[in-house]
Amino acid sequence: MKISHYITDRAAKTTVLICAASSILILVAIIIFIVLQGLPTFQKVSVFNFIFGMEWRPTNGQFGILPMIVGSIAVTFGALLLAIPLGIACAILLADVAPHRVRQILRPAVELLVGIPSVVYGLVGLVLLVPAVRQLGGNGFSILTASLVLMAMVLPTIISISDDALRAVPRAYKEGALALGATRWQTISRVLLPSARSGIVASIVLGMGRAVGETMAMIMVIGNSIAFPKSPLDPARTLTGNIAVEINYASGTHENALFATGIILLLFIIILNSITITVLKKGIHKYAEHLS
Amino acid sequence: MKINSLPPQPVKQPEAPVCETKLRTENINLFYGKFQALRGVNMEITPCSITAIIGPSGCGKSSLLRLFNRLNDLIPNARVEGKIELDGVNIYERTIDVVELRKRVGMVFQKPNPFPMSIYDNIVFGPKQHGNNNHAELDKIVEKVLRQAALWDEVKDKLQQSALNLSGGQQQRLCIARVLSVEPEVILMDEPCSALDPIATLKIEELMRSLAENYTIVIVTHNMQQAARVSDMAAFMMMAPDRAGELVEYDETSHIFTNPKDKRTEDYITGRFG
Repeated sequence: MKISHYITDRAAKTTVLICAASSILILVAIIIFIVLQGLPTFQKVSVFNFIFGMEWRPTNGQFGILPMIVGSIAVTFGALLLAIPLGIACAILLADVAPHRVRQILRPAVELLVGIPSVVYGLVGLVLLVPAVRQLGGNGFSILTASLVLMAMVLPTIISISDDALRAVPRAYKEGALALGATRWQTISRVLLPSARSGIVASIVLGMGRAVGETMAMIMVIGNSIAFPKSPLDPARTLTGNIAVEINYASGTHENALFATGIILLLFIIILNSITITVLKKGIHKYAEHLS
Repeated sequence: MKINSLPPQPVKQPEAPVCETKLRTENINLFYGKFQALRGVNMEITPCSITAIIGPSGCGKSSLLRLFNRLNDLIPNARVEGKIELDGVNIYERTIDVVELRKRVGMVFQKPNPFPMSIYDNIVFGPKQHGNNNHAELDKIVEKVLRQAALWDEVKDKLQQSALNLSGGQQQRLCIARVLSVEPEVILMDEPCSALDPIATLKIEELMRSLAENYTIVIVTHNMQQAARVSDMAAFMMMAPDRAGELVEYDETSHIFTNPKDKRTEDYITGRFG
């Protein structure tokens, strides 16, 4: 081997290694920073009281984030409950039902929706949905409103990834089912959807990740109340909203408690991601060759 | 001593009920958009026989086959002129239920395409879609068609395993069994052995011969020996200069291979082109 080749190979390898290592280092640094900033909270409040405490009164030294945990979960699941059936239906339409020309218009449109900044979704929610939900009761800033806004934000993710998954199903499956005298709907529900299952699950979990992390639009429509929400029409506060709303004026234990909120959020995301990975692996493991 | 007490064996006794024509095409033209893929195809296929469609790549063999179960309907811009009759009824009539048609005309594809499910679920897929949910009956169907497809002994202990773990030849026999499960009258086979090794191919061919006692089989094949070995009738197709596929010669297989009437057929089967 020529010496010059050896040097370029080594140089390339080292560069790639440094880049990869630095991105991992940044991630580790963020985690360490959040944990270090958050841990002092637990000198003042026990972990149990922090997670299961009903009262968040930083001025009284009460740091219970259960209302926010419930707020985040309620909003996320509310959004997914609406977005999953809608999103999968849209993906089926795009992947299999709509004529070619309609797809060519719809697909870029859906991808465009992913790129719209969240503050715009929040604004639309604030101006259109808050007054509409007010008609149902409450002041309009509520879990329901936030779920609706979040649904609109999660939908494009679910649609485009599920669409990809459905289109990746071998054509032979579809033809095989039709050739057996299955109807179009039977072919979709019994062959296409099960075959694309792992991709569809991935789209849902990615959507869930986006929902849990969404901050700006939520602050604008959920009301940010620290009271424990009792109905979908009650205002609430999300974990992310808690940090964003208060970090500007927080200090001391209050500031630590906000970082501790961040730790909880991080755990949420880790749990969600591990669920995805297990589900995906299971799907791939069961029918190893179906991707070939 | 000469044995002349036995009457001479007839060469071929028509065993099947003497019905005239199972499938008949009348002046079929097929277009994909502006491109004409088939021109003026006229064919009559007798019941309980094997008809092989042979010819060079791109001559429209598969397109013709896919007309018989209207699978070409899936292709946008595909347009058919002419008539295809199944038992005397034009299957391109507006009143025809395509789902019903595809139950009667099953298809085996070039690449084995078992669904990503268990062997059992693959077989019961068709019957279930047609409303049969009786477990005992489904179990019977599974055993019956797997026996017919000469696969039962190989898979009877692993019916709940994924069909994708079977070998290519087994997968193809599974696909044939799957077609049999909906009790079709006609089975279309689109180069069913092209992805298989010679031993698996031989098994499929034996299977086809035994199935031909009860089913009308139409097979597209690239393999001339296969056509000669397995089929009763053979159709030779070729591309016209404008690339539209035409039926050059359609006759008994023995005639096509030993005494073709058309020069082009002769050139093709003797390997001068294609």
